This record gives sequence, C-alpha cells and structure tokens, in this order.
Amino acid sequence: MTDAPNDNGSETKLVAAPQEQPSALMMWLGLADNSFTRQKTVKFGDPTAVNSGRLYSFITVIFLLLLWWVTTSQGWVKPIYWPSFEAVGNRLTKLYEQGFRNVALWEHVYISVYRVLTGVFFGAIVGIPLGFAMGLSSVARGLFDPIVEFMRPIPPLALIPLIILWLGIDETAKITLLFLAALFIMIIAARSGVSGVKISKVHAAYSLGASKFQVLKNVILPNALPEIFTGIRTAMGVCWGTVVAAELVAAEKGVGSMIMIAKNFLQTDTVVIGIIIIGIIGYAIEMLMRLLERWLIPWRGKG
Amino acid sequence: MDDADHNGLSVDKVSMVFTLPGGGSVHALNNVSLDLASGELMSVLGPSGCGKTTLLNIIAGFLAPTEGGVFLNGHQVTGPAAERGMVFQQGALFEWLDVRKNISFGPRMMGKSKKEWGPKVDHLLDIVGLGDFGDKPVYQLSGGMQQRVALARCLANDPDVILMDEPLGALDALTREKMQGLVLKLWKETGKTIVLITHSVEEALFLGERLIVMAPRPGRIHREYRLPFAEQGLTISPREIKASADFVEKREEILSMIWEMEEEIMGRASA
Ligand SMILES: Nc1ncnc2c1ncn2[C@@H]1O[C@H](COP(=O)(O)OP(=O)(O)OP(=O)(O)O)[C@@H](O)[C@H]1O
Ligand SMILES: [Mg+2]
Repeated sequence: MTDAPNDNGSETKLVAAPQEQPSALMMWLGLADNSFTRQKTVKFGDPTAVNSGRLYSFITVIFLLLLWWVTTSQGWVKPIYWPSFEAVGNRLTKLYEQGFRNVALWEHVYISVYRVLTGVFFGAIVGIPLGFAMGLSSVARGLFDPIVEFMRPIPPLALIPLIILWLGIDETAKITLLFLAALFIMIIAARSGVSGVKISKVHAAYSLGASKFQVLKNVILPNALPEIFTGIRTAMGVCWGTVVAAELVAAEKGVGSMIMIAKNFLQTDTVVIGIIIIGIIGYAIEMLMRLLERWLIPWRGKG
Repeated sequence: MDDADHNGLSVDKVSMVFTLPGGGSVHALNNVSLDLASGELMSVLGPSGCGKTTLLNIIAGFLAPTEGGVFLNGHQVTGPAAERGMVFQQGALFEWLDVRKNISFGPRMMGKSKKEWGPKVDHLLDIVGLGDFGDKPVYQLSGGMQQRVALARCLANDPDVILMDEPLGALDALTREKMQGLVLKLWKETGKTIVLITHSVEEALFLGERLIVMAPRPGRIHREYRLPFAEQGLTISPREIKASADFVEKREEILSMIWEMEEEIMGRASA
C-alpha cells in the first residue's frame, strides 16, 4: 500500500481499517476464526463457519483419560471390567516383547490388514469390470441386477454362518467373506461411475474420431475413477469392520481373534489394547486413502 | 436434390419426432432443408425449444432424423465422425487431462505420433492465446480459456465442418466479444464450414455470413438472411460494425421477430 499525496497536498492513506490477525495457535485451537469467516455476518447455518473446535477436542480427551484414571485408581470399577493405566501399559510392553499366544503383536495386526487388502483387491478386480458391464450393457445390467440388488442390503456378517458351512474356518473362508463384502460395493461404485458420465464428453470424443474402445478407455474409465476410488475407500472401511468381526467368530491370528481369546482369559487389558489398535488402524486406512485420492485423482469434482 | 456432386453440407428435408415415454410425441423439426457451401459460416437463431440443438445433433450424427437426411460432400451422415467437429457450451473438456492433452485428443486417437501433432498443438495454443497454459489442468482455467481450449481441440482434428452449440453462452459480455473476434479470425484463416447456434442476436448477425431464424412447434426455418458483417469484421472494428445503422436495423427486426414467436408460445401455453 502506498501513500499518495492528493490535490490538496495533504495525504490520503489508502489503508483498510486495521484487521488484527489472530495468532496461528488460536486458529489451530479453533478459538479464533480465519479472517474470511470473521467478516461473515451469517454464521449459523453456514457449514464453513464452523471451525475445528480443537481445544474442546483436547478437553474431551483429557476428561476421558481423567475419568479413566480416577475410576480405576480409586477402585470404583473392577479391573476385570476396565483395567487401570498401569495394567494397560504393562500389558502393552509385555505384548510388544512376547507377543500374544506365541504370535507377535505386529503379526496379529498384519494378518488382519493383509486379509482386508486381499479381499478388497479381489473385490475390485472382479467388481469393477462387472460394474462397467452393468453400466454399459442392458444385457449385463439385466443379468446381474437381481443379484446385486439382493446382496446390497445384506450385511456381510450375516454371511458368516453360510461361509463357515461351505468353506470351514480357514483362510480361504475369511478372504471369501471379505471379497464378497468388497465385491458389491465395487460393482455399485463402478456402475454409478460409468452412468455418471456427461454425455457431452462422450459425444465430444466420438466427434474427435475416437472408437468405442477408445471412448471406454479415455473417457468413461477416467471419468469413473473418482467413484471407483470412493468405492475402494468404502470397501476398505467395511472390510476392516468385517474382518475384526469374522476373527471374533473363528481365527487364531488377527486383532479380532486376539481380543476374543483375551476375553476368554479375562485379560481385559489386552481387550482394551486390541480395541484401540482397531480404531487406530481403521482411522489410518481412511486417512491414507484420502491422501492417495488427492494425489491420484486431483480432478475429482472439477468436471 | 442431387447430393452426389454437392460439395459442402446439406440438410435434406429433415424431420424429427420425439416419442415420449409416457405416450405422446414432440414434433421437434419439420421439413428442414439447408445447403451450406464449403467454407460458409451460418448462425442459427430461434426461441428456446425450437429445435436448434436437435438440428445440430442430427448434423453431428448423434441423432438419426425421423425423416430426411444429412449429407456432407455427397455422402450421408450416419453417426459422429472426425469430419464434423463439435464445440459444446461447456463441460465437455476432459478434466483428467491437461490442456495440451485435451487439444491433442483427436490426433492421438487416430494414432498419430507426438512428432506429428506436437508442433500443430503448440501453434494452436499460441493462436488461442494459451501458449503458457499447455501443461495446466483444464479445471484451473477460466470459462473463457476453457472455451478456447475447446475450440483448439476441435481445430487440432482438422474437421471439414465445425458445429457449435452456444459455445460462448456461458461467458461474460466482454470475454464473449473477444471470443467472437477469435472465432471470426479462425474461420477466415482455416476456411472451415461452421454452423453456430446462439441466443445472442448480435452475435448471430456479427458472425454469420448466413443466418437462419427458426420458429417453434414444429421447429422449422422461418427466415434466412445473407449478411455482410462477418466479411466487414475482418477489416472494420467490431464495435463500429455493431453500431452501424444497417446492423442495428437488422438486429431490431430479428429481435421483434423472435419476441413475437415467444409471445405466441406464451399465449398458446396459457390458452
Ligand atoms: N430427447 C428428447 N426427448 C423428447 N423431447 C425432446 C428431446 N430433445 C429435445 N426434445 C424436445 O424437442 C424440442 C426442441 O428441443 P431443442 O433442445 O432442440 O431446442 P433448442 O432450440 O436447442 O432450445 P434451447 O434454445 O433452449 O437450447 C423441445 O420441445 C424439446 O422439449
Ligand atoms: Mg439448445
């Protein structure tokens, strides 16, 4: 901003009314709005005017930890219902050093994650082409629609008994369950990705001399990628929940089996650790997928 | 009509009836005939719903007419092809590709190597004033810039005919005027046959060597004009032409013609 002398010789300052910038810390804590939001007069009902409120998140976490500490150290809850801090800490060290039932802690986590990735992988490999076929051909749509629409509302867990009857409780059975959980999500995602293409894009491609196959490869596929990615993200989340539940029913390894077996030995501390690990991994998967998405599909929503 | 030796675009007694899913039908076009010599620029005006887009879609080959046919250089149009390029109003760029990849789409689909299309695409980028934007994703460009990409993409394919449906409709007035100049320049330089649909009477008058005004229900050609303004526009400034008595008179004449049609539609609708 420059000060320019005006006709009268006196100086006119072209300076906006000073705006005090809140500190970065205040903004990070959610105690101050960014300068743009502060200029808004309508805030109630404007979703962008609601900030993270991070300070309050800290309050919640600290309160919960305090509650934990007080109730257990005072002996208000018995260790069998909820373990003390020390018990959990000691157990974690022990699990880390000795593993659980002769299997390292990281291996329990690894095997669960591995099952999810395998299930989602095969679900995508089979589901994406099927979804494409359903979006592109009446025959394929007609053939598969009854199956897809029937399976869509059935929670994967309801399939466990059948799968145990058919395939037993070995690794194949678990992967099959996760495959099915991912499959229908992927079919539906791919199908809606295909159906969502703007006809003017398809027309433009044909008018530029593209063949059917080229339209499929260069227009319909990239256009469907954002939806497909959302499908993969959803499938990961659903499969993570499903694998834990499946391991609760029957498995020797995996986070789910770990907490189930621990329960049988009344090792509540191990159960709590397992639950925390499940939460953290589920959250990490979601965050990782969002990151990947921003990196791989930067054009999402920009059509 | 003897189509075999006709060089250019001809629309021959085209009628289009849409059958509605719930029964009933819409007579979108009735007996529309047109002949465009190679290199002519024709603009198309008409009230909303008079069948302009339908006509363009038939010429492009996206729709088969109920009756009649479209011929280009003697052969009948049966589907979309690279000889007839299309510029849509908006949203027809491929947002997953950068500007250069969008423009080179046609040549790449035809299996041409980068050596072949590279210099041409660079040249087109310069012509439409996007020399520095080749590597930008298209969604980072403004609306006017995106339409210039759409124009360049169409030209990169070297079509015989360029079909435009409201190509400048989504732009602000100033950008629109600038783009009109660009269209005029490109038309003269490339000698393409162009059919341009627009809602702006001024734009239709300024750009069209020929102009047709369509009437609705059923969609048909109402009046045809031959205009001098596009030719003048190459030497005289656009503002001057648009202010000339001749231009203003034509503009008012066509405006009131379209107004009357609109009022008739409203009258019929409320009757
Ligand atoms: N696919 C379709 N099915 C049924 N009716 C249609 C279809 N496409 C267009 N119509 C009808 O045909 C008529 C002409 O439509 P068209 O889109 O060609 O008009 P237009 O002149 O381009 O209008 P606008 O200026 O608003 O773009 C309208 O009455 C419209 O409702
Ligand atoms: Mg239209």
